[in-house]
Amino acid sequence: MNPLLNEVPIAWYLLLSATLFCLGVIGFLIKRNLITVFMSIELMLNAVNLSFVTFAHEWHAVKGQIFVFFVMMVAAAEAAVGLAIIIAIFRARATLAVDRIDLMKL
Amino acid sequence: MHLVLFLLFAAFCLAGAINLLLQTHPINSALSLIVVMTSLAVLYLLLGAEFLAAAQIIVYSGAVMVLFTFVVMLLNAGREERTLGSHVARAVGFPSVVAIFAVIATVILHAPGLGAAGLNDGITSTEDLSKVLFHELLLPFEVTSVLILIAILGAVALASKGLGTAHEREERPAGK
Repeated sequence: MNPLLNEVPIAWYLLLSATLFCLGVIGFLIKRNLITVFMSIELMLNAVNLSFVTFAHEWHAVKGQIFVFFVMMVAAAEAAVGLAIIIAIFRARATLAVDRIDLMKL
Repeated sequence: MHLVLFLLFAAFCLAGAINLLLQTHPINSALSLIVVMTSLAVLYLLLGAEFLAAAQIIVYSGAVMVLFTFVVMLLNAGREERTLGSHVARAVGFPSVVAIFAVIATVILHAPGLGAAGLNDGITSTEDLSKVLFHELLLPFEVTSVLILIAILGAVALASKGLGTAHEREERPAGK
């Protein structure tokens, strides 16, 4: 088999991670539903995790992977609390559209 | 083989992420996010992180996304209305996204000494990972469990608050 097929430049992984992060930011800006905005945040967290794993592989550092483990744990806690907040908002305002949840907007 | 797998699952990742942006119904967005997270698990496996690949599927594609889909069903979230959004988002947000991406891509492409990842580079076994985690980083690990406990309490307190006031509203007239 062609040896070129057996390796991928590290830069490609990092570019994929950067692209996913930027797609997450764009989603955060254009989505008008509270739940999808929250999903875009999860997408950004995942993109950053990918670059952590890539650098851990590149420099043979186990601690990079452990950092990803902690990010996952914190993200799980964040998802639980965030979704509870979304439920509380829906109870109070009966809507999920971010345009109508503007009580704290300047 | 590595290149083929990388291109395939990177394409899945990007397609899922773009589909997340294009769909107007939250449940479709949630399902595309599951595609993104599962493809990322395969990419972790290609990079030799076997434990993280398993944790990604269990924690993200499993637990977190099930929570998301439950909330979408519970709140009966419908089709979102597309509006133009705020002026600040359009004027500052999108140019800065492009700028951030350009900066990151330039730095990555000009970074010296970035090698290539192969399939034969060896994997970080769960044993290596647990040795570092339970010897050097035991305190952060235990603190994380406290964080999760607090998150559970916070979620229950937040989600049951409305229910409690509804009960009080019913009970108050009856008490008088």
